[in-house]
Order: sequence, then C-alpha cells, then structure tokens
Amino acid sequence: MTDIFKLLKGTPEDSDYKKKGVIVQGITGSYGSLHAKNMMTYGTNVVAGVTPGKGGQKFEGSVPIFNTVREAVDATGAKISIIFVPAKFFLGAAKEALDAGIKLLVAIPEHVPVRDTMEVLDLANKKGAVIIGPNTPGIMIPELIKIGIMPPTPFKAGKIAVLSKSGTLLYEISDALTNAGFGQSITIGIGGDPINGTRMIDAFEMVKDIPDLEGLVVVGEIGGDSEEILAQRIIDIGFKKPTVAYIAGRAAPKEKRMGHAGAIVMGTYGSAESKVTMFNKANIPVAKRPSQVPVLLAGKMQQSD
Amino acid sequence: MRLLEFQAKELFREYGINLLPSKASTNIEEGRKHAKELGYPFVIKIQVPVGGRGKAGGIQKCQNDDEFDLKYPQVLGLTIKGEKARAILLEKMADIKKELYLSLFLNRSKRCYTIIASPEGGVEIESVKNQIIREVGLGNVSEQVAREVAKEMKLEGKLADYFVDILLKLAKLTVEKEAELAEINPLAIMNDGTIMALDGKFVTDDNSNFRHDELQKYQEKTEIEERAEKSGFSLVELDGNIAVVGNGAGLVMSTLDMLSDNGGKPACFLDVGGGATTESVYEALTLISKMSRVKGILVNLYGGIVKTTVVAEAFLKAYDDKLIDLPVFARLKGTESDKAKEMLKGSRTKIFDSVEDAINAAVMGVKK
Repeated sequence: MTDIFKLLKGTPEDSDYKKKGVIVQGITGSYGSLHAKNMMTYGTNVVAGVTPGKGGQKFEGSVPIFNTVREAVDATGAKISIIFVPAKFFLGAAKEALDAGIKLLVAIPEHVPVRDTMEVLDLANKKGAVIIGPNTPGIMIPELIKIGIMPPTPFKAGKIAVLSKSGTLLYEISDALTNAGFGQSITIGIGGDPINGTRMIDAFEMVKDIPDLEGLVVVGEIGGDSEEILAQRIIDIGFKKPTVAYIAGRAAPKEKRMGHAGAIVMGTYGSAESKVTMFNKANIPVAKRPSQVPVLLAGKMQQSD
Repeated sequence: MRLLEFQAKELFREYGINLLPSKASTNIEEGRKHAKELGYPFVIKIQVPVGGRGKAGGIQKCQNDDEFDLKYPQVLGLTIKGEKARAILLEKMADIKKELYLSLFLNRSKRCYTIIASPEGGVEIESVKNQIIREVGLGNVSEQVAREVAKEMKLEGKLADYFVDILLKLAKLTVEKEAELAEINPLAIMNDGTIMALDGKFVTDDNSNFRHDELQKYQEKTEIEERAEKSGFSLVELDGNIAVVGNGAGLVMSTLDMLSDNGGKPACFLDVGGGATTESVYEALTLISKMSRVKGILVNLYGGIVKTTVVAEAFLKAYDDKLIDLPVFARLKGTESDKAKEMLKGSRTKIFDSVEDAINAAVMGVKK
C-alpha cells in the first residue's frame, strides 16, 4: 500500500524531510502560474516548472523552468508533480511525468477523456506511481504542504482526514470542521470524474492507519459506487474511528450529468439513496447539510469516548 | 452524450452489425414515404433519450395504412419521462426466436471496460440473474475472449460465429468512438438463424468530443445550453422557479438538495466553474433571464480568493442594464463581504452569511 505521508513528507533521515520538492507542469500558463505562486506562499517547496520552449527561464525570479519533466527531475530529484495543462494535453504530460520517474502525480485538469485517464493509470500501475485526480482540487497536509488549487483559509492542521469528490465542498466542509475545532491531518481530493486515479477506497487505505487519526470525513456525491464500496470496506475491517459522511445530489434528476462528468445516476446505480443506505449500514451518519458535518462528528466522538 | 436508438443504429450499421431495415422521420408525410418503402408490417418506435418506451406506449405494431394514420401521430405526440419525441423510427417486424443481451460499458469501480452478456435479453439488465461478466481492460476484445463468452452463452455453430462477429464489432465501435456504454438489448436470434440488434443504446464520453467531429451531428443543445458551454458553465435545466447558481458542481448540488429539503423548487443547476468574476456572474444572470419560469435566484459562492465585491458588481450591473428584475438571495463566502453588502443596499439582492438563511429567504421570497 502506498505510504502517502512518506511521499508527501519523507522520513526524518531525508535531507528534504517535510520540504519535498514539487514540479509544476504548465507553470507559465495563467492558471498554473497563479497556483504555483499560491502553493509557494503556502510553503510548498516548488523546485521546478516545466513548459516546453521556455526552458532556461525562471519563474518568479527563482524557480527554474525546464523544457521537459525529465530535465526537471534530473536537476532536482523531485518525485512529485502537479499538472496544469488543458485537458487535451493531459495524456502526453502525464505520460512524460511517469516516464521521468514521478511517483506522485496530481492531475488538476477537468474534462480529460476517460480513455486518456485509463491509459495514464495503466502506465502508473506499471511504474508504481500514484495519481490523484483528474478533476481534483489536489492533496494537502494542512500547514505543511499543499499540492493543489485549494484556498488556504478553510484548512488547519489537526487529526481528521477528509476525502472528497468535490472541490468546493471540500473547502466548505473543512471550513466548518476548522471552525468547530477539528483540524485536518490530510485532505485528499478524489475528483469528479468517472474514473479516478485514487478512488475513495484507495484514499481510505492511505489514511486509515494514521497513528493519531481521530476521525474521518467522507464527502461523496451521486454517481458510481465508490461510497458504497468504501462503506462495505469499513464494515469488513471493523474500522472504529469516528466517521461521518456527506452526499451531494439527493435532489438531482436521474440520467443528467450534474456538472461533474462522474455525477450521474443511471437507473439506481449511483443514486444518493444507495450511498446513504450503505453508510447507515456501516453505522456512519450522513449529514443533510455541510454545516451539520462537525456536529455529527462531535456526536460520534462522544459515543466512542 | 446519449444517442437516440436510430443514431446508435446508424453507427451499428456503419460497423457492420446486423440490423432490420428501418427509417427515421420527424413528420407523418416523411413517415408515410418510409412506410411505403418498408412495407407492412412494421413497428413504430418513438425516439427519446430515456428507457421504458414500450411500457409508455411508445412502441406500436402497425399492419396497414389505417393503423399508420392513427398510431403515427399518437406516438409522435407522446412525452415519456418528460422527454418529447425527437423522431419516429419505423422498423420491419422481427421474426424472433430468442432474445439475448449484450453490452460493453465503462466499469467505474474496476476502472476498465466490461462485457455483460446474458441468454436472457429484452428486459432491464439489472433484473437478469444469468449474467456473464468479463473485464476487458481498455475495451479491446480478442476473438478468443469473444469465443469464450459465446460458449458461456451456450451458443454453438453458426450462432456462435454470428455472436462473436457482433461482439468484436461492438467492441471496435466502443473503442473508436470512446463510448461509456454500448448496449444491444435485445440482441435477437431470428427464426431464419441469424442474429440481429433490435435496439441500441450508445452513450459517449463528452470529454472526448474534441476527437469526434463525426459525432457532433448527434449533439442536441438548446441555445441556453450552448451559451453556457461556451462560458465554461455546467447547466442543467429543471422545472421549478428558483434558479440555483454557484461555483463548483458539488456545492451547487448541495445547494439544490438543501433548497429542495426546505420546500423550494429549483429551476436550474448552474455551476459557473472554479472562480467567479463580474463577467461570469453577469453571463450566468443573462442565461437565467432567458428562463421565464424563474421567480428568484439563489446564489451560493464559496470563494477562498474571490472578492465578493466583484460579484456584487455583476448584480448591480444586471439591474442597471435591466437584464433582470428578480430578487437575488446570495450567500457569498469570500473577502470584503461587508463592503459588498453595503454596495447592494437598496437593490433587490440580499446577502446572507449562511446558505441556510439565503435558502429560507428565497423560498419565502418567491411565494410573495
């Protein structure tokens, strides 16, 4: 199983412990440059950018830009990359990163064709690399490292893991958690596509054994059955940490895509009822509103005391 | 996008999948011409992008001119699950011996394509117990795999050959057109010993549209939807009277849920995407102004880095330009919200600190 904390932080023996280098693919684009700056402000160690044809230039006067990921990896030894390229160029950019030895790839673009995602996953499996996304806000350990596009204000370091398909709901619910005194140990954006590099169940495996984990929040939405599979897994292994879920899309009509490519109910497959039923079976309360999440979590914690 | 049956069959035909003679029309004159060409008896089939057509009376047998004159307008006038007829397909009557099921679909949890086949077709696949399931990676099916499925279906001799041929062609079509679902239900064994696709359901990956100019003729979009897409918005029209606008699909879905919980009726789902600017919010209001059923607008923006004053400017401009004259109930999370509230004082836009308050006010507001 992937040790995501080792990838994000390293181990105390590492010279770059807690300041792992991150490469930004598409660093000179308007979106890429904005978020590269925001990540740097947050404290993420952005060590290189990649934009074909702009090799040799510097980003913000300090971060070297390379023509290829290979050159960026050779120069910096970074194992993490975040991609900000238009969806149609994602396949090429992701393959290039994986071939250059990237082990954690955060895929921000929305509207990536499913076939391209599957091809990238196929290669990632062969290379032993982790993909977060596509169509994800990213991944972060609050107050340590942010690899993504999330605003910093909703998040605070703490002991709750948050897994979310949606970006804005991740911010909204983390904000509510933070205000209620629940900081986050890690937040993972699963993404809103039908095919995810890191599924709910994979993200759960990454966080379930965090030694001082005090709770888990799952932010799901209609479409697919990743929430049901996660609930079943929680039942199967008897996971006991306080867990609360939220499911968006209860009022959505069937067979309509609700913004996210993956947010669609086909017959009963992917319906909110199906997910809520499975969470209830796993004894996981499902909030009706984002603001209810911390209340339910506090209740769960009291029960387990 | 989800293709209509006759469109799916156009693709099936192009890929050499065996079909009955059929013709699609949109009015009775055209239909009458097709009736002559096909000859009786045939079946009149409504073309709508939803299932359950048979039960709703959208598939009718037709034996002669009198029946045709009666049934064609009937079927054309049907609305099934809120969907009006897009066309009518006339298809020669089939001489069926046995109905099978065959599909290839994108298996989200397994992250691969999967074949489902069953010797029991013609009914909803969810209710079929006897399913043969094979995972096939990126969707390429080898002849060996197809033979194995045919064997499990207990098909022999020529029937097995026909089945293998259709499965291979369906797989090729699925891969080349980047389908999320290609379904033939029923796939029929005819009394003459051939196998034919009697129905077709085909759903493609919208995100791959840029590689498939040839499929764009099947794209069905209203003017509002087209404008929304151009602006990078996601829009789903609904039949209530409160327009719901926000940034991020999850947040807008969540707002829709809470509005419905409080007795409100959403008129649309409108996700303006990641950031919110004066321009994008103004364009969203423009689109909503074209929906006559809307009595109020509920806005839920979560902007970590969005300035709410920028959004407030869009509302003010929309009132100034007489684009809208509707009450707006807005929850704007972001910076400078005190200043934004000041700007909107005296206008028909009210800003609320919590989405719950905005929703309650919207539900009450449209009742007036």
